[in-house]
Amino acid sequence: MEKNINVKLKIWRQRGPKAKGEFKTYEMKDIPTDTSFLETMDILNEELISRGEEPIVFDHDCREGICGMCSLYINGHPHGPATGATTCQMYMRRFADGETITVEPWRSAGFPVIRDLMVDRSAYDKIMQAGGYTSVNTGAPQDANAILIPKDVADEAMDAAACIGCGACVAACKNGSAMLFVSAKVSQLNLLPQGKPEAAKRAKAMLAKMDELGFGNCTNTRACEAECPKCVSISHIARLNRHFIGAKLKD
Amino acid sequence: MWLFTSSVGRKVVMSVTGLALILFITFHMAMNLVAIFSAEGYNMVCEFLGANWYALVATVALAGLVFIHFAYAFWLTWLNRQARGNQRYAVTSKPKAVEWASQNMFVLGLIVILGLLLHLFNFWFNMQFAEIMHKDLVDMGGGALIAPHDGAAFIAYTFSKVWYVVLYLVWLCALWFHLTHGFWSALQTLGWNNQIWIERWRVISYVYSSIIIGGFALVVVWFYVKSLL
Repeated sequence: MEKNINVKLKIWRQRGPKAKGEFKTYEMKDIPTDTSFLETMDILNEELISRGEEPIVFDHDCREGICGMCSLYINGHPHGPATGATTCQMYMRRFADGETITVEPWRSAGFPVIRDLMVDRSAYDKIMQAGGYTSVNTGAPQDANAILIPKDVADEAMDAAACIGCGACVAACKNGSAMLFVSAKVSQLNLLPQGKPEAAKRAKAMLAKMDELGFGNCTNTRACEAECPKCVSISHIARLNRHFIGAKLKD
Repeated sequence: MWLFTSSVGRKVVMSVTGLALILFITFHMAMNLVAIFSAEGYNMVCEFLGANWYALVATVALAGLVFIHFAYAFWLTWLNRQARGNQRYAVTSKPKAVEWASQNMFVLGLIVILGLLLHLFNFWFNMQFAEIMHKDLVDMGGGALIAPHDGAAFIAYTFSKVWYVVLYLVWLCALWFHLTHGFWSALQTLGWNNQIWIERWRVISYVYSSIIIGGFALVVVWFYVKSLL
């Protein structure tokens, strides 16, 4: 049942990467519970603009849970209290009338704040550039069905490929580790025959890049898996460990 | 060297030393149980593991394992705090699937180390160390004199004191929590895991930790009750 609720938004405001940030509380009146969280943010920004204040900076793009841009840490959860959903897929019916909702940016050394709720996630791009690809010759591609892949392997690779690279795993991790992301990206390629020739190199290169960019050491708390909007499993982390250790022992 | 420079390498060191220590406490627990059945049998074990060259080599190796596990724990915790960034979250929550122990391994480890120091003072110092110093009898105060290889007497003496019983049980409790996460986590780090085995390893971790800690606790409680009779 749709109804209107009043909420208080306690939002992190920070002018720039070096500036000192602080929380500011905004009262929101008569928000229909069918409004998505990002639409509520839009309503707030419209009000701020009409009052002549600076609107709140936050990342968003597709608003249908596939681009991985939205990145708010809401009431102690990356992407809010909903499970298996991104911030843009979460609606105001998740919150009670009169509730104070705390909204923070991802907090991790690997993801420095750019402004307000927007963080710099280009570290993930750098990790992808280190090995998240397959090298192929250009020219006429062969038929896709020429390489047979067992269904369970294809499914596992697809589950890994569901990772949208939003950074919720790092945001949730008490160690600021990016292992869930890196392992999903390594898995989606290493599982398939096309990715196998570069599997060992990929595991080493992507992990080395992750370490270099200041992400932490995984301690298997499983917080990443629990908060991942795509429910990526830590079994991929085990696979990355296996491929990495195997590659190092062979060297 | 990848065991120092890569995150997975550092974790492999934690896993391997951790698993070796689990193997050690398994033997330790089994030997302790002997004391319940036969004081003589237990003292034979004590004599075998006294100040002999092989027992001393093993003791040094064991101390090395503990030191590496401990040093890496400090190092990794420090690195991970840095990776977390300077600004902390104002609101945090623990998802249901996250075990409490998994987020408090360092604190639990510190309790284990403190308990270990007490344990070394209670037993190792009076037994193997006393033998190294060529002491024939150890004065426990209050006129109690115990020979260094008379392990059964040390057990009976220590666990007749209720504060030692309490401290040891708290220590074992912390170790139980530490093991429930540490066991399966070590295998996960070594890559020996998948969707099916993760739940199996977790159950095995809980069962195995409970058996080991149960065995240790049984000896403590057994000798306390015995001292009351």
